[in-house]
Amino acid sequence: MSYIIRRQEMANNYGGTRKKPIGGMILFGIVSFALYAVLLVKQDMVNEYVGLGGLYAFFPILIAFIISYVHGSFTGKFWTALGIEASKRKKEVK
Amino acid sequence: MHDIVFAAANFINLDAVNIIYLFVVGFVGGLVSGFIGSGGAFVLTPAMMSLGVPGLVAVASNMCHKFPKALIGALKRAKYGQVDVKLGIVLGISAEAGVLYGAHIQESIKKAFGEAGSNLYVSVAFVVILAVVGGFILRDAWKAYRSGNMHEEEKVTKLARWVQSINIPGTMVYFKSLNARISVLFTIPLGFATGMLAATIAVGGFIGVPSMIYVLGAPSLMASATELVIAFVMGLGGSFKYALHGLVDIRLAMIILAGSLFGIQLGAIGTTYVKPFMIKVVMGVIMVIVLFSRGLMVPVYMSQLGLIQTLGETTVKALKSTSFAIMALALLLGAFIVLRAMWQGRRAERAATQEVLEHGKL
Repeated sequence: MSYIIRRQEMANNYGGTRKKPIGGMILFGIVSFALYAVLLVKQDMVNEYVGLGGLYAFFPILIAFIISYVHGSFTGKFWTALGIEASKRKKEVK
Repeated sequence: MHDIVFAAANFINLDAVNIIYLFVVGFVGGLVSGFIGSGGAFVLTPAMMSLGVPGLVAVASNMCHKFPKALIGALKRAKYGQVDVKLGIVLGISAEAGVLYGAHIQESIKKAFGEAGSNLYVSVAFVVILAVVGGFILRDAWKAYRSGNMHEEEKVTKLARWVQSINIPGTMVYFKSLNARISVLFTIPLGFATGMLAATIAVGGFIGVPSMIYVLGAPSLMASATELVIAFVMGLGGSFKYALHGLVDIRLAMIILAGSLFGIQLGAIGTTYVKPFMIKVVMGVIMVIVLFSRGLMVPVYMSQLGLIQTLGETTVKALKSTSFAIMALALLLGAFIVLRAMWQGRRAERAATQEVLEHGKL
């Protein structure tokens, strides 16, 4: 019996019926879009501060970290939602 | 202050076409980087410059998109157990020193021989290093293909076995990717060379990845994944250095990042479907094609320096356009090989799964 259940679980996994992170993708997508919108709408102000250099050097670095987290989460969930995931056969390299 | 005003004034106007162009170039560059650990950056600097971005701002913005991209790529590949964080950080630190020294050499050459001298140095470095290392990698991949050993675990080279056998007390560190203890002293010149190359041609990985494979004995998949850690360390330090002078155009960097984060995730996923020797194939193919691209520019710079007969304006223009086109082709071909290998891997896995499920039907 347990063999049949395991087999069914495996089929479900490979069949792609696992829950896809649609909600997370939409949420991170909206936040990412908003961040990019602010960056481009307020580009004059952003350029001014970034162009100052000196201590303002932390400003572009901070922007890069924030966007990489938000947009990186979005793109990761985007591919997962499309069903493009890592191979299930070899998760680890030896 | 004058420099700062100058830098800010050189941030170009962005329109929709420019944004889409940078996004697409970023995506393709990210795809290749996610797969081989680096390699997308060399086309981005000229791509930005073709939009009218000054050289130094293009280099700075490229650097600033590289470190967050490498971070996301490294995190993704760490999930697959492919990253050796310790080795990446150790190599990254000496690579940072290499970047600073490489930039210093660049500045000295520029001062002594002008822009054309600096360009000639970069192009010759491209041609020589890519010919030697790229040729070696392709030969190795070809040998693996011919011998039919593509599925087997990669063999550690004689040089790597020797490196792993040397015991220098007080300097020995265990690295999981090598499954051995080696002296960190061996990592210093390798990291330094990686950084110097990154400062010269924008792609340190063309030295970093092969040296991890052939000199230290890391598997290809782990070497290419660990390169992302090195790129993160180098990129973060380099970006901060440029940002101190107000040279980063964060809009350009973030637009490229928008595309490259799609690409790098896909490239990282691709590594789980392919045979390890495919990393070498993609890297070798890109390196050899880029070599020709830069080789075409050597006569242009030599003529500007008066070392050979002056070339006509039309010839120079034709050589420049052909060189850029070949470089873009190298990246596109790399991306194509990655996507094709991934597609085939996924198809084979689906077929195998289907077979298992059909046999398992009760």
